[in-house]
Amino acid sequence: MIDAGLLEEILTSLLIVVGASFALVGSWGLVRLPTLMERLHGPTKATTLGLGGILLGSIAYFQLTQDVWSAQELLVSIFLFITAPISANMIAKVHLHGVRLKDAETIASPAGRPPQSPGKGDWATYEAPHRDTPVATSED
Amino acid sequence: MIDYAVMFGFGCLVLAFGLNLWRLLRGPTVGDRIVALDTMVINSIALIVLTGIATNNAVSFEAALLLAMVGFIGTVAYCKFQLRGDIIE
Repeated sequence: MIDAGLLEEILTSLLIVVGASFALVGSWGLVRLPTLMERLHGPTKATTLGLGGILLGSIAYFQLTQDVWSAQELLVSIFLFITAPISANMIAKVHLHGVRLKDAETIASPAGRPPQSPGKGDWATYEAPHRDTPVATSED
Repeated sequence: MIDYAVMFGFGCLVLAFGLNLWRLLRGPTVGDRIVALDTMVINSIALIVLTGIATNNAVSFEAALLLAMVGFIGTVAYCKFQLRGDIIE
């Protein structure tokens, strides 16, 4: 008969090991992948699976040893899950502008060059704000 | 057993920091350096949480939460500066 304490200890260790391994794999992807659009792919694994695993392990550990339910870890992981796509979007915009200015690398890569936008105009991130652009308000 | 897991985690995170530092120094564009710094913030949050487990101390999560917020704002500020030449317009 396996007692519950040992089972919880195994679970905690497993979560910590898996999380740390994913953090390492994410950083390894950051080094190995060829261009910035692919390099964005690696650290997202470190954020969600790696840090998520370590934070879940931490919740399980403090539940096991001190018998306290600590919600700060959940707060950290929710905050990271919300902010990771926003910062990735900003970095992708920086890359698009770098490609447009020809100062980013133009080597062949699986992602290739950014596609042309459909229709007449260009991607919205390239266009400067016009002087008479109507401001979106809550009344529209 | 948890001690060994935590030691393994510290080893993985130290290696990850080394790889991030390589990308930060190597570049080649500013965007790569921003990604490297963002990943370093993520790894340091993981390091703080692991230190909290290793020292059996639940106080360090406030530091982790603060670092998560400051890291996000720093990444967005770098990107805004690259895109617009200004942070607060």
